[in-house]
Amino acid sequence: MTDPLSSVVVVGASLAGLHAARSLRRRGFDGTLTLVGAESHPPYDRPPLSKQVLAGDWEPDRLVLASSADDELDLRWRLGAEALGLDVAARRLELSGGDHIDWDGLVIATGARPRRLDDGGRAGVHVLRSLDDCLALRADLDARPSRVVVVGAGFIGAEVAATCRGRGLAVTLVEPLPVPLGRVLGGEVGTTLADVHRDHGVDLRLGVGVEAIEGGDRVEQVLLSDGTSVACDVVVVGIGVVPNTGWLEGSGLPVTDGVVADATCQVAHGIVAAGDVARWTHLGFGEEVRVEHWDHAIAQGTHAGETLLAGDGAEPFTPVPWFWSDQYDRKIMLAGRTQGADEVRIVDGSLEERRFVALYRRGDRVTAALGMNRPGPLARWRMRLADGVAWADAVAGGA
Amino acid sequence: MRVVVDYDLCESNAVCMSVAPEVFEVRDDDFLYVLQEEPGEELRSKVAEAAERCPKQAITVEG
Repeated sequence: MTDPLSSVVVVGASLAGLHAARSLRRRGFDGTLTLVGAESHPPYDRPPLSKQVLAGDWEPDRLVLASSADDELDLRWRLGAEALGLDVAARRLELSGGDHIDWDGLVIATGARPRRLDDGGRAGVHVLRSLDDCLALRADLDARPSRVVVVGAGFIGAEVAATCRGRGLAVTLVEPLPVPLGRVLGGEVGTTLADVHRDHGVDLRLGVGVEAIEGGDRVEQVLLSDGTSVACDVVVVGIGVVPNTGWLEGSGLPVTDGVVADATCQVAHGIVAAGDVARWTHLGFGEEVRVEHWDHAIAQGTHAGETLLAGDGAEPFTPVPWFWSDQYDRKIMLAGRTQGADEVRIVDGSLEERRFVALYRRGDRVTAALGMNRPGPLARWRMRLADGVAWADAVAGGA
Repeated sequence: MRVVVDYDLCESNAVCMSVAPEVFEVRDDDFLYVLQEEPGEELRSKVAEAAERCPKQAITVEG
């Protein structure tokens, strides 16, 4: 039987961290609860950074996550403080500025940072992860660039391309795969995504990568791997993120593309992890995964808080991952896990209508459902996936 | 308790529906319908979770 915790530190003050803190208080933790965040902004919502804020429709004040209810939780905030190192035995977290915080319970929620391309330090080249990234990019878009090159047609790149088109800007979208999100969603759905981009006037370059970002002090063109060049004033790089685990080097905690946790989200005694940084064993999938979705950060942050307090009574975390992306007038939603799928089948609507539900099969089970402008059916599939769906039942009965 | 949806914010992501299908339904017209505006106490924690999980923070629970 362990002593109750008296001082919990949540490292990472964004979506997962905030929900872990709320969960701890909801479950009765009444000790000291400190959130440490590298960014100087109080926690804010990231999804609108590639949409409403970038479009100029919303200002940052609409992104604030902490509510008045959080004021009642007696949370201590250390913003603008970067975690530099962790001494597990001494229960001490080293912070930037030569400071440290002692803890007996720790939530690791330090998220991820965007991958970058070599831009030679040229102006006009952006990534999009933080509010500061968004405002810098928005300023460059406000200057009416002649063309924006977006590198990577994943969800961030696709949304940035859509937002730029919505602003009337010329966009070239560069993607090394044969179709956008081809590996995750399959060839047919990927082709439909490509068609949607082209429907909206995007110059889509598939099967090519970026060789070089060229120009003087500012980007002037991008050289692609097929030898062509695209003249542009702005480049947005959306090629994925890397979990923020550098500060855990030397801590002894297991790190492999994220900090490694067990099925309950526990990393070590008194240490849990949640969100983009956390690789944990999903008992439903039978493997370790790291999920980079918004809803996941909330669900796992909440669960990690429960696990921290539960000790041996901690429960496994086996969510049905849920994701959505708004591109142009299309709402794409994904429930479940598509990796390793043996088959994709459209069971509702059609690709041509750009309104459909696609199911993904692995073995004899439905592992994922993808919807384009079918929110109701996707919500129902999400619920069914939580209980488990046999493929034969799914394709016989439909949604 | 009373469930209130701000339909200017609602985008029919239907997260609420997957958390509390007894109260929230996004129908084939893609609009959100609140099935019970004053759900019973036994649904309070589900409704609170739905409100917390809404990507647009469009749901308020009163009382």
